Amino acid sequence: MNAHAPALSLETGCDIRQERGQRAVFCGLTGIVWLHRKIQDAFFLVVGSRTCAHLIQSAAGVMIFAEPRFATAIIDERDLAGLADANEELDRVVRRLIERRPDIRLLFLVGSCPSEVIKLDLSRAAQRLSRTFHPDVRVLSYSGSGIETTFTQGEDACLAALVPDMPRAAETAVPSLLVVGALADVVEDQFARLFAELGLTDVRFLPARRAGDLPDLGANTRYLLAQPFLADTARALEARGATRIAAPFPLGSEGTTSWLRAAAEAFGVTDERFARVTAPGRARAATALALYRDRLDGKRVFFFPDSQLEPALARFLSREMGAELIEVGTPYLHRQHHAPELDLLPAGTKVVEGQDLDAQMDRCRAARPDLTICGLGLANPLEAEGLATKWSIELLFTPIQGYDQAGDLAELFARPLKRRARLEV
Amino acid sequence: MQLTLWTYEGPPHIGAMRIATAMRGLHYVLHAPQGDTYADLLFTMIERRDARPPVTYTTFQARDLGADTAAIFQNAVAEAYARFHPQAMIVGASCTAELIQDDPGGLARALDLPIPVIPLELPAYQKKENWGASETLYRLVRALAGGTRTPRAERRPLCNLLGPTALGFRHRDDLVEVTKILGALGIDVNVVAPLGATPADLGRLGAADFNVVLYPEIARAAAQHLQKTFAQPMVETVPIGVQATIRFVEEVARAAGVDPAPVLAGAPSRLPWYSRSVDSTYLTDKRVFIFGDATHALAAARIAATELGFRVVGLGTYTREFAREVRAEAALHGIEATITDDYLDVEAAIQAAQPELVLGTQMERHVAKRLGLPCAVISAPIHVQDFPARHSPQMGFEGANVLFDTWVHPLMMGLEEHLLGMFREDSEFHGAAAPSHLPRHGAEPAPIVVEAPAAPAEPIILTWASEAEKELKKIPFFVRGKARANTERFARERALPLITLETLYDAKAHFGR
Repeated sequence: MNAHAPALSLETGCDIRQERGQRAVFCGLTGIVWLHRKIQDAFFLVVGSRTCAHLIQSAAGVMIFAEPRFATAIIDERDLAGLADANEELDRVVRRLIERRPDIRLLFLVGSCPSEVIKLDLSRAAQRLSRTFHPDVRVLSYSGSGIETTFTQGEDACLAALVPDMPRAAETAVPSLLVVGALADVVEDQFARLFAELGLTDVRFLPARRAGDLPDLGANTRYLLAQPFLADTARALEARGATRIAAPFPLGSEGTTSWLRAAAEAFGVTDERFARVTAPGRARAATALALYRDRLDGKRVFFFPDSQLEPALARFLSREMGAELIEVGTPYLHRQHHAPELDLLPAGTKVVEGQDLDAQMDRCRAARPDLTICGLGLANPLEAEGLATKWSIELLFTPIQGYDQAGDLAELFARPLKRRARLEV
Repeated sequence: MQLTLWTYEGPPHIGAMRIATAMRGLHYVLHAPQGDTYADLLFTMIERRDARPPVTYTTFQARDLGADTAAIFQNAVAEAYARFHPQAMIVGASCTAELIQDDPGGLARALDLPIPVIPLELPAYQKKENWGASETLYRLVRALAGGTRTPRAERRPLCNLLGPTALGFRHRDDLVEVTKILGALGIDVNVVAPLGATPADLGRLGAADFNVVLYPEIARAAAQHLQKTFAQPMVETVPIGVQATIRFVEEVARAAGVDPAPVLAGAPSRLPWYSRSVDSTYLTDKRVFIFGDATHALAAARIAATELGFRVVGLGTYTREFAREVRAEAALHGIEATITDDYLDVEAAIQAAQPELVLGTQMERHVAKRLGLPCAVISAPIHVQDFPARHSPQMGFEGANVLFDTWVHPLMMGLEEHLLGMFREDSEFHGAAAPSHLPRHGAEPAPIVVEAPAAPAEPIILTWASEAEKELKKIPFFVRGKARANTERFARERALPLITLETLYDAKAHFGR
């Protein structure tokens, strides 16, 4: 709906534009779908409308029946009549929930658009309920609303809500490394092994797999972002004295090496040791990536905004797979956190922050990319127009970080192209 | 507040989207926060539509919440008109926009567009999806319906077909069957709405002699309006099942003044013979639990009891608007209806009724799977597999054939399961035999057997290091067998007797996914 704003920063060599208008993106509630798998004794209670419940069930697909640890308290007419009543109703719903699920140790009250517009104070509700259920259940709150958060920003809000609860590390504690961002367990284990081989003795992950295992945090904590969408979490960690280690994100072989190297340098690991520890992983990634490079080399790629992973994915596709970038859309671009990524993108790469859907679709159609990365609402319509697509949400549910997933990541992009070439109907 | 894990229906604006997406030449501007576009994927993924739904969302964000949202809405309407040139528009608010109280109707009117712009009032905190669809169709018909009848003597009888929408359970194929019946009766179809209709088509609704209401939840209100305005009678018998289809044919023939006999002659459906054949004797008194939208649940109950010879031991619906009809039907079977939109209540009712077959929605399919019961899907909500590529109506005589196959199939499979259990100790049916259609939780598919290469004279005994074995368990079960086989092949080819973590990942890198 608005024309492009003028380019903001040319320091990075990228052509960064901002766009406003209709956006085809998920809201932050969607993060619940992977977060509840990661924190095994947490429950996510959305306080919202039937739309919120419908969204989560659409996004969760069949997972909803594997003893789900999320639900929606649907606001109805009576709740809209007066706020005091809504608080009592919420207490009643939470009581009923905790009676039914005594295994829950951590309950997140997740704010939605309706709960925020009627200004239902979920942080006060969380404090009140925490007192009620102390010490069995802690109750925290964060916002996953569409008006505040886009897709993966829901994880950011959730992790930021955990930070005040992290125990304070002793002043004299040895420097520790905190890896921030939910990773698949298999990826987390690989990274833990690599850090151990590098000689880093105190490495912890946020979120932890169990609510009670929050890592210590203090002035000697260095943190490394595993995901690019953690702006508020980073701010909260820094407010408690932690220091960020700047790095590209661990996607692809190059990204993983740079990410590990940034940590290794921060902790004084020798170059020789770093090279020795990472050599097998790099060699395996090289073997795996070679299987897919032919298919992606020289292919013209277009990213619609979705998760903030786009700049890092674009960097991987362009530098390691030889793809050409037409446009890299991202819902939000944290200039500082993304600086190492933007530095690696080819000069002049067009990065678009925000979205004006119809205009962006027009640009995509005009460019006729070989591969378009987009959401499920756009994928089939673009396929029907003859464009090969890769639906982006899969990149959040599939393990893609680290050396041993680099081939899988390349395969996710190569598969639609292979399929298109294969089909004769 | 209501604690909800799973909802049978979406909010009412999803119902409005189902109408808009079904039609052509209509555009819907929905005042909604960022994120509500998730609804698009119901249409593009579950129904596999090849175009975006004709919906523009304002997708406002927190920073817009000042005085800006009204302007954003007006902008969106103006731009949608300029881009899509629709014949008509509908405008409305989703649940959040309802709270911020911009007035979509008034704001759109102020733009003074040269097309009809119809405001929708869809109370999101009281009503649900089907109500939203019904209300939207009613508003459209009220605003647009016109046309006059030409004298009856000069033409064949003419009717409208009302109700099929986007994201409707088998609506596409039901329409084919019903149209076929009407054609065979010598009745012409004036307008099908909303599926495939344009706003201009709605302008011709008045030309028909009568209306056929295929899905009362969606089209009854619109048909009642047409009855009042154009004196068009309505046929509301839903032709699901053999007897219901016969009744439908008779009623339509009466409304059109034609002879139903040629259509009813012979054996138009195979269901009656299949059901009488001796192979079906074991179906007698099978205990069946039925749940779904009211239309499909009511039809299923009658078919189950009188056309297949089952015993209906449970009947219910999430459609509260039709609770009375469902209660009355349940009473005929000597049971009490389950009227609820809480799937846990339904699960409890299923457990209490101890059925041998469950007929329900996607949710009952999962409940039945958990309870180890055979199940068939008869109603929305449904998942992608229930928008099949093949022709599979529920309505009409062909629909009855489809129903016979669909409902009996899981029972036959159930019988197989039973026999497997009975002969479990026999050598062919030992305990480790794979189950047929009801997956056992945690069961692993048999690993793919890879022949060892012929080269080495002595076969290598492969051992998995415990760490590697543990890592293998982290791989999703459906690819674990392949990963194990690939790794072992890799180790054998390189004469590595011990499979370590390294070997596992070296093999993965070598073979790719």
